[in-house]
Amino acid sequence: MEKNIYMDNAATTKVRKEVLDEMLPYFSDNYGNPSSIYALGSRSKVAVEKAREQVADALNADKNEIFFTAGGSESDNWAIKGVALRNREKGNHIITTKIEHHAVLHTCQYLEKDGFEVTYLDVDEDGLIDLEELRSAITDKTILITIMFANNEIGTLEPIEEIGRIAKENNIIFHTDAVQAVGSIKIDVKAMNIDLLSLSGHKIYGPKGIGALYIKKGLRFDNLIEGGAQERNRRAGTENVSGIVGLGKAIELASKELVEKSERLIYLRDRLMTKIEKNIKHVRLNGHRSKRLPGNVNYSIEYIEGESILLSLDMEGIAASSGSACTSGSLDPSHVLLAIGLPHGIAHGSLRLSLGMYNTEEEVDYVVEKLAEIVDRLRNMSPLYNERKTGVI
Amino acid sequence: MMYSEKVMEHFKNPRNVGEIEDANGVGEVGNAKCGDIMKMFLKIEDGVIEDVKFQTFGCGSAIASSSMATELIKGKSIDEAMSLTNKAVVEALDGLPPVKIHCSVLAEQAIKSALLDYSKKNNVKIEGLDDFDFDEDDHHAEIED
Repeated sequence: MEKNIYMDNAATTKVRKEVLDEMLPYFSDNYGNPSSIYALGSRSKVAVEKAREQVADALNADKNEIFFTAGGSESDNWAIKGVALRNREKGNHIITTKIEHHAVLHTCQYLEKDGFEVTYLDVDEDGLIDLEELRSAITDKTILITIMFANNEIGTLEPIEEIGRIAKENNIIFHTDAVQAVGSIKIDVKAMNIDLLSLSGHKIYGPKGIGALYIKKGLRFDNLIEGGAQERNRRAGTENVSGIVGLGKAIELASKELVEKSERLIYLRDRLMTKIEKNIKHVRLNGHRSKRLPGNVNYSIEYIEGESILLSLDMEGIAASSGSACTSGSLDPSHVLLAIGLPHGIAHGSLRLSLGMYNTEEEVDYVVEKLAEIVDRLRNMSPLYNERKTGVI
Repeated sequence: MMYSEKVMEHFKNPRNVGEIEDANGVGEVGNAKCGDIMKMFLKIEDGVIEDVKFQTFGCGSAIASSSMATELIKGKSIDEAMSLTNKAVVEALDGLPPVKIHCSVLAEQAIKSALLDYSKKNNVKIEGLDDFDFDEDDHHAEIED
């Protein structure tokens, strides 16, 4: 039987049935513009406001602090540019890390061209930032700290509460890209002193093309998209009503099932890790062993290259991803793997398996069995492995 | 999938994988930093490539390019092997994505590097090897349309 095993849930997820069912009426029957005054329009308006509440509840925020966007990347762009442009007279310094998503890194690089200064904090071999390094990076010009909640490649969870405290003590705005964490880790924006938080629908069994930005009440902040008066004059454009409804339902379910789902994912993750380490030699776990996302598994598999692992897995019906340059179209391997200190050769051989709610124990076992065969086959072809065996290196 | 069926077929069932213990020409090109290393083993007798094997660390197209290149020179004369271009490898594979053209360049270089080793070890002069540039930045190589 043809297998179809999806272990790339950090890339995107399937829209769950309950979510799709909620969304469907907003494509056809309830197609009204939320800004319109008649009944058809108000039905859409009501749906959007209900979703806003669902998102707010998941974060312990107020519904007036939630703004819908077209996804995680827009939320990151808006958060960083919105703070930077509005607070320019206060300072031009931003602190971030070397392992952020490109939506954050490239936005920071854009601002650098425009006179801003950015400190990119190093991370240790597990991908964690050093809080003392963060403290000493702060200057009287620092206006924003933007640090991800959980890394998308290696799954490491940053010390968000401590970062929030440091930001608050120094009166600096704190943004976190929580795209990977939402739905897997309990988030409380008040307890964690978070001022801005980005999230996305399609990582939590919701639709693509929808996200949200939490903006703490009273924050000095510029708009990114100008136009109509939608989102209380903060983000123009007719609302993606079905997407918003889907995001609301997805995040509501994710919060309700968070504990149970995370426990199950941690069980599957640990089983996958134990089996890989037992059955495949010369592997290195990337990311922190315990401070990591429940569904994230990332290994460097020495002497072979990531894209050939992915192609081979695909032939066995298994979908996964890699930080290898060959999968990205660029020549350098992932900036995250380089930041945790992996040499290029080893970074090229990385494999990320990200588990989700539809994965099973049987799938985990099957993946390890096939992976071990694939690694053997590719290593037998590899001059690096053969030289190693004969003692040349 | 961005690869042709031919590439996938050679990736799945690569020809001539391994090493030749009594090879009289061995060449290795590429480096782990860039993500590809190719090693070619040649057994040349009376000016003919009697046997050829390869080992490759690299992506799917690097493995397929190595496999195809060995097929194209097996049983051929040294001169014919010398005239194998990366373009011929790409064509035989029914094309490679633009970012993967360097894999075919690496395959051509690996063969020339093994021939150079043969030429030095056996004191055989091979036309065209002296001026071949092994340091050419294969990642920026282009292929004519």
